[in-house]
Amino acid sequence: MNAAFQATLEFLKVYWAPLLCGVAVVAILPLIVGYIVLVERKIMADMQARLGPMRVGPHGLLQPIADAVKLLIKEDIIPENADKLVFWLAPVLSVGAGLLSLAGLAIGPAFQIAQDINIGILFVVGISALGIFGIVLGGWASNSHYSLMGALRSSAQLVSYETAAGMALVSALLFTGTLNIKSIVEAQSKEGIWFVLLAPVAFFTYLVASIAETNRAPFDLPEAESELVAGYMTEFSGFRWSLYFLAEYTNMIVVASVATTLFLGGWLRPFAGVPWLDFLDFIPVLLMMLVGVYCFVRVPKQPVTVQKIFMVLVGLLCLAVAMVLFAPIAIPILKPSLTEAVKPFYAGIHGGFWFIFKVSLYIYFFMWLRFTIPRYRFDQLMRLGWHFLIPLSIINVLLVGLALIVGAYFHLHGWGLLLVTTPAAILALVAAFLILAIEKQHDPRPEQTAASDFYAG
Amino acid sequence: MGADELVINMGPQHPSTHGVLRVKLKLDGERVIGSECIIGYLHRGVEKIAENRTYQQFAPYVDRMDYVAAVSSGLGYCEAVEKLLVVEAPPRARVIRTILTELQRIASHLLWLGTHALDIGALTPLFYCFREREEILKIFEKYCGARLTTHAFRIGGLQYEAYDTLEKDVERFCKDFESRIVEYETLLTQNRIWIGRTKGVGILTAEDAIAFGVTGPVLRASGVKWDIRKAAPYAAYDQYKFEIPVGTTGDTYDRYLVRMEEMRQSRLICLQAIENIPSGPMMAKVGKVLKPPPGEVYHAIEAPKGEIGYYIVSDGTVMPYRVHIRPPSFINLQAFDRMVRGHLVADVVAIIGTIDIVLGEVDR
Repeated sequence: MNAAFQATLEFLKVYWAPLLCGVAVVAILPLIVGYIVLVERKIMADMQARLGPMRVGPHGLLQPIADAVKLLIKEDIIPENADKLVFWLAPVLSVGAGLLSLAGLAIGPAFQIAQDINIGILFVVGISALGIFGIVLGGWASNSHYSLMGALRSSAQLVSYETAAGMALVSALLFTGTLNIKSIVEAQSKEGIWFVLLAPVAFFTYLVASIAETNRAPFDLPEAESELVAGYMTEFSGFRWSLYFLAEYTNMIVVASVATTLFLGGWLRPFAGVPWLDFLDFIPVLLMMLVGVYCFVRVPKQPVTVQKIFMVLVGLLCLAVAMVLFAPIAIPILKPSLTEAVKPFYAGIHGGFWFIFKVSLYIYFFMWLRFTIPRYRFDQLMRLGWHFLIPLSIINVLLVGLALIVGAYFHLHGWGLLLVTTPAAILALVAAFLILAIEKQHDPRPEQTAASDFYAG
Repeated sequence: MGADELVINMGPQHPSTHGVLRVKLKLDGERVIGSECIIGYLHRGVEKIAENRTYQQFAPYVDRMDYVAAVSSGLGYCEAVEKLLVVEAPPRARVIRTILTELQRIASHLLWLGTHALDIGALTPLFYCFREREEILKIFEKYCGARLTTHAFRIGGLQYEAYDTLEKDVERFCKDFESRIVEYETLLTQNRIWIGRTKGVGILTAEDAIAFGVTGPVLRASGVKWDIRKAAPYAAYDQYKFEIPVGTTGDTYDRYLVRMEEMRQSRLICLQAIENIPSGPMMAKVGKVLKPPPGEVYHAIEAPKGEIGYYIVSDGTVMPYRVHIRPPSFINLQAFDRMVRGHLVADVVAIIGTIDIVLGEVDR
């Protein structure tokens, strides 16, 4: 007993920081997800000429909390003929995989739970793919046809798109030669160019594949509401359902973070290595101040005193964040002697901001697509994956590799690499059109027979 | 049933069966190898009710059949009874009837477009469609006080005089609506996914369509140029110029295009009609108590969903001896099995959407 206690103490001594981080992630993430959902609903409302949630709190700012409470107190239904253990386990598995894969991600140079795993990206991708078990098992355990079909669709979809996504990741990894997340971002810092410019086709492939992997529209077939009611989640209610929901949004954050790390320069500011563009550091500060001031402007329009107070508080919070962002860039100007001491803070705070900013943009793109375009059909989805994305991503890996060899031969670095990667990207695009043309020829859809227009005038 | 077949119940509680339609699907994987529509969940015995109501009393009931196109159902019934009574509504009433019915056609098609797009996964068009539909419903509300089950017309003409700004409201709506249709079309018509989801899906040949008795946009999309507004003009349709759009292949995409064009044509009819609304009485001379001479009549009009027909038998009393209704939704739904066979589950909802059924009318 005593030995066990000692061992635990030893363990805690070494790993207290990552543990704290982990607890924080698990505790805060549901809240963050709740607010992502609110933002999604607001964006959806904006695109659909309506207001979205407006009732709970000013502009519906407390809606996520109300939703969470509602889900918690809902009746928990387990269908009579369900496999109870698996039914219980499935959502936990899904959300567990999502949370676990967050551990490998680095939000800033200092914020990483599992510090410096040398297989970083592989870990994240591998663990997040485990989440599919939760979906498949949940669909199977529900003992419902709709759930089963949703689960089948989901697994087929993941298998086909994981390949394309993996190949896209490989194209970007060719530039770094490492799987370590920190080293990947540092490589982009060293080259002075983000990999999205060096491997645009890979980024595009990953973008499409990541939407499909997270089961988001237009690839949301496993839960296609209008077809399968709710797909694999049909029989889940209350908090079990919300665990799936949490898993879905966590997965979104994970794929967005992977894309940000690999293609969008992770926590790096745009043009991080260019001294005369250092004024870009003020953008985060100004942005937060703008949001804060807007909150103050809206205060008189709030109908109730409570809402006014709340609005002021939100505004103050934004200003406080702005101050926190401002401090690391203001102190070196005011007191040059402190420059070195402030540097890690700068990297941490501003790095965190830019990382979250890029992840948000990526997720915004997901939402934008969801509200704009219709859903693919299952066979079309599979055809897109196997006939188009996978060949394209394989060709792209080869082309990027070739470009790198040529680049190494001519000793090209940084922006100079564009000289070889741009032709590679263009070739990949040509290949893409070729694939599409071939694909169209072998379209299995039956020839349309023109109806007789005997009566048509 | 083989071991690799799966029977799945779609509905009556399902997000995309547009009410309480229940479809039994026999699936091989995701492919549909057979289907059966089970209807009657919304049966209210409308035809039987008619036998215990006077002619005027029954008029509001027809609004409850196709509740998203109540004005059209009402027009059909009023005209059928007028035919039985051998009276004709005065010109002013007929023009106003035409305007409201065409607005109703636009409203019905807007609802179809929104829900059809939603079924296929496009979330946003629904809200745009409802925005415009709202304007039409406001016009109805201003005219007769009701938005959905309007009971806008009376046997022999109109109950209410047109309100002062009716023409202006309709004109403003029609002006705005032109660009709004373009808005929907930019979201859908050239969209690769939309084309992929609708082209070649649920093909109904002209022969099949005629054999099934299908009418309305579904029939016209199959290439048959049949529209009662042209074939046997009623209300004031003979005074206006409009085209009848027809499709070529009879697939879901064609039906989409046909309905979009129909909305444009309805808009044109409305614009022509408001230019010159004749003055005069709004009711023909009919008594307070309607006692049609014994006999029978069949009258059909072109409702948004197809031919809605009323077969009324009178025995000379104040109540009809028998009213039989030919609801377009019910008859169009017959073609469902033919259209859905061999397609995937995802196409089933697209096909239900494209037939444009209202279960209140199917079940009556």
